[in-house]
Amino acid sequence: MSKIEELIKKKLELTKKEKMAIPRQVMPEQDAVERRSNFNEVNLGFDEDTAMLEAIRCIECKKPLCIDGCPVNIDIPKFISKISDGDFFGAIDIIKEDNLLPAVCGRVCPQEVQCELTCILGKKYKPVSIGRLERFAADYEMAHREFEMPKVLPKNGKKVALLGSGPASLTCASDLIKWGYDVTIYEALHELGGVLVYGIPEFRLPKALLKKEIGNIEKTGVKFVKNFIVGKTLTVDELLNKEGYDAIFIGAGAGLPWFMNIPGENLNGIYSANEYLTRVNLMKAYDFPNADTPIKIAKKVVVVGGGNVAMDSVRTAKRLGAERAIVLYRRTEKEMPARDEEIQHAKEEGIEFHLLTAPIEYIGDDDGWVKQARCIRMELGEPDASGRRRPIPIEGSEFLFDIELGVVAIGNGSNPLISQTIPDLKCNKWGNIIADLKTGMTSKKGVFAGGDIVRGSATVILAMGDGRVAAKSIDKYLKTGVWET
Amino acid sequence: MMNKIVNAEFIAPDIKLFKIKAPYIAEKRKPGQFVVLRVHELGERIPITIADADINDGTITIIVQGIGKTTKHLNKLGAGDYIHDLAGPLGKPSHIDKFGRVVCISGGVGTAEALPIAKALKEAGNEVISIIGARTRDLVITEKEMADRTDEVIITTDDGSYGKKGFVTNALQELLDEGKKVDFILAIGPLPMMKAVSEMTRPLNITTMVSLNSIMIDATGMCGGCRATVGGKTVFVCVDGPEFDGHQVDFSVLENRQKIYIDEERTSLKKFEEDCRLGKEIKKVKI
Ligand SMILES: Cc1cc2nc3c(=O)[nH]c(=O)nc-3n(C[C@H](O)[C@H](O)[C@H](O)COP(=O)(O)OP(=O)(O)OC[C@H]3O[C@@H](n4cnc5c(N)ncnc54)[C@H](O)[C@@H]3O)c2cc1C
Ligand SMILES: Cc1cc2nc3c(=O)[nH]c(=O)nc-3n(C[C@H](O)[C@H](O)[C@H](O)COP(=O)(O)OP(=O)(O)OC[C@H]3O[C@@H](n4cnc5c(N)ncnc54)[C@H](O)[C@@H]3O)c2cc1C
Ligand code: FES
Repeated sequence: MSKIEELIKKKLELTKKEKMAIPRQVMPEQDAVERRSNFNEVNLGFDEDTAMLEAIRCIECKKPLCIDGCPVNIDIPKFISKISDGDFFGAIDIIKEDNLLPAVCGRVCPQEVQCELTCILGKKYKPVSIGRLERFAADYEMAHREFEMPKVLPKNGKKVALLGSGPASLTCASDLIKWGYDVTIYEALHELGGVLVYGIPEFRLPKALLKKEIGNIEKTGVKFVKNFIVGKTLTVDELLNKEGYDAIFIGAGAGLPWFMNIPGENLNGIYSANEYLTRVNLMKAYDFPNADTPIKIAKKVVVVGGGNVAMDSVRTAKRLGAERAIVLYRRTEKEMPARDEEIQHAKEEGIEFHLLTAPIEYIGDDDGWVKQARCIRMELGEPDASGRRRPIPIEGSEFLFDIELGVVAIGNGSNPLISQTIPDLKCNKWGNIIADLKTGMTSKKGVFAGGDIVRGSATVILAMGDGRVAAKSIDKYLKTGVWET
Repeated sequence: MMNKIVNAEFIAPDIKLFKIKAPYIAEKRKPGQFVVLRVHELGERIPITIADADINDGTITIIVQGIGKTTKHLNKLGAGDYIHDLAGPLGKPSHIDKFGRVVCISGGVGTAEALPIAKALKEAGNEVISIIGARTRDLVITEKEMADRTDEVIITTDDGSYGKKGFVTNALQELLDEGKKVDFILAIGPLPMMKAVSEMTRPLNITTMVSLNSIMIDATGMCGGCRATVGGKTVFVCVDGPEFDGHQVDFSVLENRQKIYIDEERTSLKKFEEDCRLGKEIKKVKI
């Protein structure tokens, strides 16, 4: 009997209790010391046997809670059951009904606060590794199946333009193309993928994989125009009135990095996380001087913040050769918005965490380079609007900290080009587009929006969900001609 | 095919003028705006001002001074070659108004950047005097174009090989000494020049706009690498500028920030020149 047949038999024979007692399978990883000096992916992925064994742990609840935990409601038990049956193509087909970029989401979604949080096994044991199984199915398909053209309805003569090529637009475009629309994505940068290409590093999300996924979307007929800044190269009104588009979807993402507005932030050696990561990921500065864009290499790098962006930055700094790569965060680890996995990986890689600490000033040398951060210690007070306990500076606790580079990763505002160039579009005071999350409709007729430009900072899967919702209402609007908010 | 170079010629040592097919940008661009371009697949994104445009043949003109790896690489391209990536028009257009008497001061390749703005100011009904500064005679560019578009052109060279000997500030002082009332000044060129002009006009209360040349990457407001300090606040030059009130600009911050990559720029240029010397084929877009 082959290993696979054995596993299939096991699935049939085991009782629920026995299934649940199978330990959660461990994700094979690149060695923690080795990976400090390369950009290769950290998680290596399950092999077939491990995936099946993990899948057998799922007890296929009659009323599965995991599905509600998934922002796009993938039929999780069904796809996992396919994996435990050894039908890996069957599994990916089910996932793809709801999620267009499973290889991406399987890697970067915060499953621990979504589907895996609601998994019933989590009560007594550890939840099923839903994300890793999703990734497994997606990777398996990529390795073993040629691209299959989805069913595409005959062209219906209507044109839709999408701004930005992040997950929101990619998802929206993929649906619209299947329903017969003529679909064009305009991207300001010279590469496609939004944050997936310029923000999230190679060691979490290999770019080759993303290229392949986007390539597949292109094969379905979606047109991509790079180096095209909507609002500048052509305005939204020109797209509608001159270029003959019938509807527009804005998936322009967050953009504009926040700084803390403390003294010394414009000194040399202080980066925004966006700049730091863009230089490395989009511009390939890790390969300087083969790639033309440089990045500063330093022995001691301090990253301010506690989210995924901070983890990505600090782990990037380590890989670029920092002897000490340090996170400064004003609350404790418990309040860190970064994914648990990223925090654990960072620790394994030797990242230092200085918690309950915040910079209040950067001090420069005579040449204008940062040399020290003046920091202050914090204690936690009452919970704030986000439900997390508010950090309160401890008087008299200031101290000086030597640094060579600082990376500010405290969040992003909205993309400034949008509110600058579409004056009749309603935005909130932070510049985020006001759109109905149930339809994606904005205040401007024919214009829809979703993803980070609407939500502020969100996640890949929420952006994709927005894209899907908008596709449905674009379809409805263009079929009925009715614009009702 | 977009981004095709239809014409390219050196107009001064190391300064090359390109006409590039870019119909959308040609149609939309306004004085003061720039493009971002990359010359090859692993190239850097650099900003270059749109010096002119022709809507009829869908081309833009840029004038590039070869000072480092990317600009020297670019200047090796010629008619028939393609620019790998070209995006624009970026930045806020210049504020054009009827001010009265305007002096456009430019230094080095900044003259190319000042050209479209000077023209627009003239068309808006201003009396426009242009002061062009250069190190030496060979480096005075677009004098004729400037003369065609303005009322008067004054040239200064550091070594006195052409026009008046001295700096642009000397020429400006002479104008003021002649008793000419100046209502508005635009200064575009090397930082020390823009700083000197701003310092000179501050006590005189003459509005002085300068065009900041900070290091940019995306040029869409996404990274903050281009930031500068203006009026005590942080601005992003790519989306808030590039033009700012010279009396508000903290030039020392910008001076420092321009030097961030000085070592890496040297490495990059050395490697490129070495590759050229060894006869390696320079990277180009292959069609
Ligand atoms: C470093 C980092 C790490 C992250 N890690 C995670 C993670 O682990 N898990 C997770 O779920 N989420 C993560 N996120 C968040 C997630 O990436 C975003 O929520 C998601 O990408 C938003 O998608 P979007 O489609 O709205 O926009 P984006 O991905 O931001 O894409 C927008 C695109 O629009 C383009 N654009 C903007 N303006 C214009 C214009 N005028 N014309 C044409 N194009 C334009 C931009 O250049 C960009 O390419 C991370 C974010 C960052 C920055
Ligand atoms: C809004 C704006 C308009 C400009 N217009 C023109 C123009 O019309 N003609 C022209 O010749 N030059 C122009 N420049 C300057 C031009 O962008 C730089 O000369 C060019 O980037 C240098 O690149 P390099 O690789 O050749 O040289 P490097 O050796 O890399 O750099 C030389 C110097 O150029 C600056 N620089 C380097 N990289 C960048 C970058 N990515 N973005 C901006 N500056 C950088 C730095 O101050 C550096 O010290 C403009 C700059 C700005 C900001
Ligand atoms: S160049 Fe990135 S924000 Fe201006």
